[in-house]
Amino acid sequence: MEQLLQHLLNGLLLGATYSLLGIGLTLVFGLMNVVNFAHGEFYTLGAYAVFAALVGASVSFFVAIPLAIAVGAALGALCERVLLRPLRDESIDTVMLVMIGLWIAMQNAELLGWGGVAKSVGTPFSTQPVVLGHVSVSPLRIFVFVVSAAFIVGAHLLLARTKLGRAMRATFQDRETAALMGVSIERIHTITFAFGAGLAAAAGALLGPVFLLYPSMGDLASLKAFSVVILGGLGNFAGAALGGIVLGVAEELGAGYVSSGYRDAVGFVIIVAVLLLRPSGLFARAERVG
Amino acid sequence: MNRVITSMALLVLGLVTALPALAQTGEPIKIGVIQPLSGPVAASGNYVRMGTEIARDWINARGGVLGRQVQLLIEDNKSDPKEAATAAEKLIVRDKVPVIMGAWGSSMTLAAMPKLEEYGVPMVVETSSAASITKRGNPWVFRISPPSEMEALGLEKYLKDFGIKQADFLAVNTDWGRGAATAFGDLLKRSGAAVGATEFMDQAATDMNAQITKIKAGTSDTLFLTTGVEQITLVLKQAQEQRLARKVITTGGSSSPSQLIKQAGPAAEGTYHILFFTPWFPEAMPDGKLAKTFVDEWNKRGHPFEGLTEGFRGHDGIMTAADAIKLAGKPDPKAVRDALWKVNIMGVNGPIRFEKDGPAGKESGQSKPSIFIVQIRDGKIALPTFAAKK
Repeated sequence: MEQLLQHLLNGLLLGATYSLLGIGLTLVFGLMNVVNFAHGEFYTLGAYAVFAALVGASVSFFVAIPLAIAVGAALGALCERVLLRPLRDESIDTVMLVMIGLWIAMQNAELLGWGGVAKSVGTPFSTQPVVLGHVSVSPLRIFVFVVSAAFIVGAHLLLARTKLGRAMRATFQDRETAALMGVSIERIHTITFAFGAGLAAAAGALLGPVFLLYPSMGDLASLKAFSVVILGGLGNFAGAALGGIVLGVAEELGAGYVSSGYRDAVGFVIIVAVLLLRPSGLFARAERVG
Repeated sequence: MNRVITSMALLVLGLVTALPALAQTGEPIKIGVIQPLSGPVAASGNYVRMGTEIARDWINARGGVLGRQVQLLIEDNKSDPKEAATAAEKLIVRDKVPVIMGAWGSSMTLAAMPKLEEYGVPMVVETSSAASITKRGNPWVFRISPPSEMEALGLEKYLKDFGIKQADFLAVNTDWGRGAATAFGDLLKRSGAAVGATEFMDQAATDMNAQITKIKAGTSDTLFLTTGVEQITLVLKQAQEQRLARKVITTGGSSSPSQLIKQAGPAAEGTYHILFFTPWFPEAMPDGKLAKTFVDEWNKRGHPFEGLTEGFRGHDGIMTAADAIKLAGKPDPKAVRDALWKVNIMGVNGPIRFEKDGPAGKESGQSKPSIFIVQIRDGKIALPTFAAKK
C-alpha cells in the first residue's frame, strides 16, 4: 500500500510534466496544423537558458525561469516568422520536413555551444525530502508540479476565456472567416507558435534542474510529448493535459508492478491500444481546441 | 646522346618509384577512435577522448611510431549502437585505418564488431564490460577493460567486509547493465548472499523513481548500480528524495566519483565505487610514476579532474594500438592484429598483455586489468576503511 501510494505520487508528478510538454505540442498542431518536431529542442533551450542565467548572469532561480520562457517564446516567434510563414499554404509534409530540419539544426547548435557533457543546475530548494506519512517527495518536485499545473490551467483559461484565445480558436476553425472578422491571422500564428515554444521552454526550465542538461535531452521530451498528444487526441487540449497524467501513472505502475525493463513499452502499448480502439484519442469527446 | 636519354629515363623512373615511399614516411599513421561524444553518456566519451589525445601527443613527442607521426581520427557514436557501426565502417572504408579504439558502451562495441570481422581490422576495446564481447568468437577484438565477471571477482575479497546479506540491482538496460547484473548476482549467490530485485532503466531515462520505489519496498541492504555517471547522479538524488537506505556500490568504473560529489552532493555520501584508476592516489597504481605523470599532464591541460577515471582508458587504449603498430612494423590491419598478441606494455591501469578468450580458433584478446574500490566519505574520495587496513 505504501509502495502504491509512492508510485501514484511519482506518476502524478511525472505525468504533470508530460502534460505540460504535451499541451504546447497539441496547441501548435491544433491551431496551426504544424507538427512541431522541434518541440523538444525548445525544451532543451529552456533548460540551458536557466543554466546560462544562473551561471552567466547569476540571477535568482525564480527570475531565471521566466527569463528562459521568454527566450523560448521569442525564438519560437522568430522561427514562425522566418520558417513557417512562407510555408503557410504548403502541404503538412513539407512543413514537417522543415520542422525536422529545425530540430536537427537546434540540437547540433546546442551541442556546439554547450558541449556534450551533462551539466547540472543548482536550486534554492533543500535536497532533504518532504515526508508525508510513508511517502516522500523533494521540495523541488512539488514546486515543479505546482508551477506546471498553474501553466496548464493558465493556458486553458487563456484559450477559453480571453479575446486572444477566442481569436486563436476562430482562426483554427476557419481562417478566412476569422480574417474577415478582423482577426490578424499572421499575428495569431506567430503568437500561437511562440506560446507553444514558450510552454516547452517552461517545461525545460522546470525539469532541467530536476534532471541533468545535455544537448539531446529534448529527444526524450519530444517522444513523451508526442505520446501524450496521440493519447489525448491530436489538437485536443484537455486530452493532452489528462493524457500526460495517464501516461505518467501508467509508466510508473508498469515499472513498479510489471517490469522496469519494459517501462517505456507500457506507455506505447497504451498508445497502440488507443489508436486501435479510440483512434481520435482517449478523450475525444472532451472539449476540443476550437 | 642515347646514353644521356637512357640515364635520364632511368633517373625519372627511379624518382617515380621512390616518390610513394618518400611520401609515405611523411604521412601520419592513422588510428581510428569511436566514442560517445554526445548523447546520454557523453561525459565519459569526452573524457576518454581527452586521454587519447594525451597518448597521441606523448607518442609524437617521442618521435611517433615507425618514424611517423600518429594521427587520431575521432568519430562520435552519439551513445547509439547504430552510429557505432556506421562510424566503424567509415573509419575502415573511407579512412583506411589499420586499427580502431572504441566504442565505450558494450552495446556500441557489439554493434561495431561485425564490421571488424567483415573488413578484417582489429579494435582495442577500452571500456566495455559485457562478457559477450570476447566470448562471441571475434578474433579482431582486444579488450583492456575488465568484463563484469572479472570485476565481480575483484570485489570478492571484500564481500565479507561489506557484509552483504541481500542485494538489489539497478542497471542500464543495455548489454553492459544486463551483463553486470548477472555477473555480480552470480558472485553473490556463490558466496551465500541473496539477490533481491533486479531492475532496469533505459539509457536515456531521467526519472527512476518507479524503480527506486520498488527497490525500497524490498528488504535488501545493498544496491548495485551499473550505468554511466549521468544516470548514477540522477539515481542517487532520487534515492535520497525517497529516503532509500542502502549501501550503494557502482560497477563498471564509469562513476567519476569526483563528478558525483559535485553534481549529486550529499546524495553521493557513503557510496562505494569500483574503479580501474585512482587518480587521487596515483602512487598506489602499479606504475605510480606513469600514473602521476598522466594526472599532472591532465591537470596541465585544464581537463576536469573528475574525468581522469575515464580518461586513462583513452591513454591506455592508444598506447596499446600504437605499440602493436610498432611491433607489426607496418600499419597493416592484419599485421597489427597479429602484433596485438605480442603487446606487453605498462599502462596507467597496469600491465597490458592479451590472453585468449572465447571459442577455440576464433579467440579474442583479453587483458587482466587492476581493479580498485573507493568510497565517498565526508565529501571526499577515500579508500574504504577495510581496504585501507589491508
